[in-house]
Amino acid sequence: MNSDVLVLTLLTVISAATPLIFAATGELVAEKSGVLNLGVEGMMLVGAVSAFLAVTETQSALFACLVALIAGAGMALIFAFLTLTLHANQVATGLALTIFGIGLSALVGQDLVGVAYAGLPKLTVPVLADIPIIGPLLFDHNFLIYLSIVVVFGVLWFLQKSRMGLILRAVGESHDAAHAIGYRVVLIRYLATLFGGGMAGLGGAYISLSYSPMWAENMTAGRGWIALALVVFATWRPVRVLLGAYLFGGITILQLHAQAIGVSIPSEMLSMLPYLVTIIVLVMISRDSNRVLGNAPACLGKPFNAAA
Amino acid sequence: MLFKLEPRGGISARMVYLTPLLAVGFTLVVGAALFAALGYDPIHTLKVFFIHPVNSVQGLAELGVKATPLILIGLGLAVGFRANVWNIGAEGQLTLGAIAGGGVALYFYDSNSPLLLPAMMVAGVLGGMAWAAIPAFLKTRFNTNEILTSLMLTYVALLLLAMLVNGPWRDPDGYNFPESRIFSEAATLPIILEGTRLHLGAAIALLVAVILWFLFSRTLFGFQVRVIGQAPAAAGYAGFSQKKMVWISLLLAGGLAGLAGLVEVAGPIGQLLPRISPGYGFTAIIVAFLGRLHPVGVVLAGLLMALSYLGGESAQIELGLPVAMTGVFQGMLLFFLLASDVLVTYRLRLLPGLKRRAGGV
Repeated sequence: MNSDVLVLTLLTVISAATPLIFAATGELVAEKSGVLNLGVEGMMLVGAVSAFLAVTETQSALFACLVALIAGAGMALIFAFLTLTLHANQVATGLALTIFGIGLSALVGQDLVGVAYAGLPKLTVPVLADIPIIGPLLFDHNFLIYLSIVVVFGVLWFLQKSRMGLILRAVGESHDAAHAIGYRVVLIRYLATLFGGGMAGLGGAYISLSYSPMWAENMTAGRGWIALALVVFATWRPVRVLLGAYLFGGITILQLHAQAIGVSIPSEMLSMLPYLVTIIVLVMISRDSNRVLGNAPACLGKPFNAAA
Repeated sequence: MLFKLEPRGGISARMVYLTPLLAVGFTLVVGAALFAALGYDPIHTLKVFFIHPVNSVQGLAELGVKATPLILIGLGLAVGFRANVWNIGAEGQLTLGAIAGGGVALYFYDSNSPLLLPAMMVAGVLGGMAWAAIPAFLKTRFNTNEILTSLMLTYVALLLLAMLVNGPWRDPDGYNFPESRIFSEAATLPIILEGTRLHLGAAIALLVAVILWFLFSRTLFGFQVRVIGQAPAAAGYAGFSQKKMVWISLLLAGGLAGLAGLVEVAGPIGQLLPRISPGYGFTAIIVAFLGRLHPVGVVLAGLLMALSYLGGESAQIELGLPVAMTGVFQGMLLFFLLASDVLVTYRLRLLPGLKRRAGGV
């Protein structure tokens, strides 16, 4: 294969993986604290539409990402209030958040359909970007792609090395014990949920600002759910989220290239691939129950009430 | 915090029935505020949304048409949710039911047999069941999370339908539109109210509700489902199999969602299209919860949710409101329901400090 083609292919894989990295890493932190938020798809959509709205209004990509971060966190705040303060069922509330997010983003975005945007500007690292193959792959991206890597390793450091990360994990493993020691379980879970929402919002922003710079209803097309599957796939480890996201990015891109080289399979069948692979991967991971149960936070999805 | 939640130590039976009303009330108030914020007269808009669609026989019949798939799916989902089986792929099971049942209609296109419609229904139910059997198998055999698998299969099902109507099942005389041929008379559900679109499917939905109500309140099976949902450990000691319950929940919900899909394509739609449902499979989740996972409640909740679809259309036509408003309303309703459900198991106590402060002002 020609090296230019190879580089182009890998670049599209990186691009397809980036929204998954953001959303899955954010969800991973929330889940580590014991919160299972199934509303990722809804938060991503709201992030995507608010970023696109902001960028068309102000032309500032940075501001648009900030707006998406806040919008995603705002959605997560609804979830946190319902589940952590009012003890609502986390599964049902997450589903509600997705249904609400689909409607809200369609409502906000009704005038944005058909509006064009040039896409995020690239931040090219001088000199290094000129290295053949490695240069364009590592040093010639928009800032969200760099940021996605920073987020993964930042979260890895936070969870493994920082005191706050240790506390967060303790809350996720045993909220009663953590509460007894004096940690503020609800507050910590609020913060972790908000972080997850913010990251989902950023993932959405990447989709509407860079992956396909436009707004269309339901444009995340299930990536929020794939991100949830990725967290299980990664057995709650940040670096594996990164690897898994690139794997899924590769599968997503496969369909585009298969069509380009003229494979005579209906395009719909190729579009099914990411969803089918997600199922297969989930089966492979979960058939080994030690691997899942050994790594899943023990209090995942369980309600906590200090007064009880 | 301004208030404290005290566990009741049990379930307030009164609140179980009060909170859905409370949630509807909250949704209407916030909805009115939202309309006002968007620059519409809130009272008039609410009227357009919730009264205008049903102030005629025609409108009431449409309500029945829209409520039919929601009730069918909601009834099935409620069983699973009671047993803590989270099937959220009903939209995909609906799609497979439409494909299987619609496939029968297209294969026997020239048939005039009175058996055609029953055969389509059986195929629809089996199609939905087959699709739901996949997450059931993966859950019971490999312990794979049914939420994610059933949802992923929804996307696969939608693509499968698109592939069929774009390819082998496309109408040969259809000017290349991605649509199947229009079903023959014998493959279309009979209308039960002359001059409207209300079809036999509505009667079937009510019949299923009655059967499930009987099954739940009068048989051991219903009792088993409740015990497994509320006390899995106790259910295990009593010899009720959790795995069996996963299978039953998913097959029942899948079969009913498949029937709903068939009813849609053999009823109001009359052919296979790339998109046959405005998300009934997801809205039915709200229907199940709002209906308190009880067959009678599901029927009422199904009617209310159907009204939200009609209201969205009517508000779009009369006032130019975006049709996405329906989704916002539905999401809000479920939020408020989940929020007010806290009152079922907890008592709300204002903190003394707050009371003093409020008294002092």
